[in-house]
Amino acid sequence: MHRLYNTYRFLILRRLTQIGLLLLYMAGNYWGWTVLMGNLSASSVLGVIPLSDPYAVLQMFAAGAMLSSNILIGAAIITLFYLLIGGRAFCSWVCPVNMITDAANALRRTFEFDKIQKKQPASRHIRYWIIGLSLIISAAFGVAAFEFISPVAMVHRGIIFGIGFGWAAMLVIFLFDLFVLKNGWCGHICPIGGVYSLVGRFSFVRVHHNEAHCTLCMKCKVVCPESQVLHMIGKKSMPVLSGECTNCGRCVEVCDDEALEFSIRKFLEAPASQPLEEKI
Amino acid sequence: MSNRLPEKERQMRKQPVSDRRAFLLNAARAVGLAAMGGLVWSAYVDEVKASELLLRPPGALNEEAFLRTCIKCGMCVEACPYDTLMLAKPGDQKPLGTPYFIPRDIPCYMCTDIPCVPVCPTGALDVESVSSDDKLDINSADMGLAVIDHESCIAFWGIQCDACYRACPLLDVAITVEYEKNARTGKHAFLKPVVHADACTGCGLCEHACVTEKAAIFVLPREVAMGRAGTHYIRGWDQNDEQRLEGASSRTTTTEISKKSAVDSLNDTGDLY
Repeated sequence: MHRLYNTYRFLILRRLTQIGLLLLYMAGNYWGWTVLMGNLSASSVLGVIPLSDPYAVLQMFAAGAMLSSNILIGAAIITLFYLLIGGRAFCSWVCPVNMITDAANALRRTFEFDKIQKKQPASRHIRYWIIGLSLIISAAFGVAAFEFISPVAMVHRGIIFGIGFGWAAMLVIFLFDLFVLKNGWCGHICPIGGVYSLVGRFSFVRVHHNEAHCTLCMKCKVVCPESQVLHMIGKKSMPVLSGECTNCGRCVEVCDDEALEFSIRKFLEAPASQPLEEKI
Repeated sequence: MSNRLPEKERQMRKQPVSDRRAFLLNAARAVGLAAMGGLVWSAYVDEVKASELLLRPPGALNEEAFLRTCIKCGMCVEACPYDTLMLAKPGDQKPLGTPYFIPRDIPCYMCTDIPCVPVCPTGALDVESVSSDDKLDINSADMGLAVIDHESCIAFWGIQCDACYRACPLLDVAITVEYEKNARTGKHAFLKPVVHADACTGCGLCEHACVTEKAAIFVLPREVAMGRAGTHYIRGWDQNDEQRLEGASSRTTTTEISKKSAVDSLNDTGDLY
């Protein structure tokens, strides 16, 4: 039992957070609760604190919209929050699509698809291209371009306000991740994750690798949805510094050797260790 | 075989593809993919933007600015006590995620405190536009304009019906009933409803109340429902309109025919035959 808890503690916490937030949003629409109103594009906490999606606001800015102070403050709060706790914590702790892609990924592992499809034929930089493209199209057509096609918004809005054909978006993402590309949506395409990757570069909460404890079992790399961020496993003791890490904590819980732990990034230490590395 | 090749040539054959070539090719491929994706994407966005038969919540900016400014959070939908407002779902064939209403199903009941507008975080629903004298005033809302189809409205057949007239929250202002002699019977009257565009808010209570199978009075976005005479027409009997003439400049068009006197140009019919 204790072992089970150890291996899934963050996963359980993440699901609780994701579903809890969804329920609060739904209660906002169906029962008029004011705890959390709106949706992931923009919300209001207790009718007082505004929150808004910095990427949506960025697109609106590119489209030439008049940005209200409310929206700007909301985007600033969200950006600051993820700047502190790790940008893509949004992806693994809040976004409902994470549950879909995690399910596809788990099935991939069960059926051992990765042994057949060894090489993933797409670049993880696609998301940054999509950010650029969305801003260009937003500017050219005067609307927030990604917001019109965002499957994330479709799913989240769908759950709160009525799904329509939004289930098709869920299904397509699931099948795409299952059969076409490992971590296809969240790890390659989604520009929201791309924006939070950029934000998360500077965040304080980091997974830290202790090489001395590592037995090179590579369980962490198998479960990691952004395995490129774990390049230091078994090589070097250091924090996971890439902004693409989603802080999901799966690597921490599957590690049997306490070689991976969450920690707060130490900014002061970094410059001192720099020259040392060069000598080696 | 290859051993016999001169050293220089052998080196050239073995040489891996240069980094620069690989980089250029990759960059070109990325640009090509981006262009293809961008084409499909922008074509879709452009199509979606063009759907104009859509009624927005009270206080909405004009459609173009509204689409740009609305962040699709649905807080107006949550604020509406009558479930009038909906967010466009995939499959509704409307700009995704934006709020709208269908008055035949649920009209806008014109709450005096307009709960849907002040909650808008982006100002896509503008409090100013539904206020007069710094107070919220739902009667100044402009969601659309009711239009009557004279062919299917039974009041125009001579049957007495004033459902829309009675349902209108601006009773006897936005819709009035005009009397007219029914020449067919010779002894009855038509009681014809008339919508007044300057007062109609487009709430759709009339459309909701209409008794015909498909509503004979219905709300359209004002931009769709109305024509435009053009600024060069001036209502001389209207003092305000007449004032536009003050400071107006004239422009004379000169053509070949202008060189002749008016009488000459009339008599000279040579060009006609």
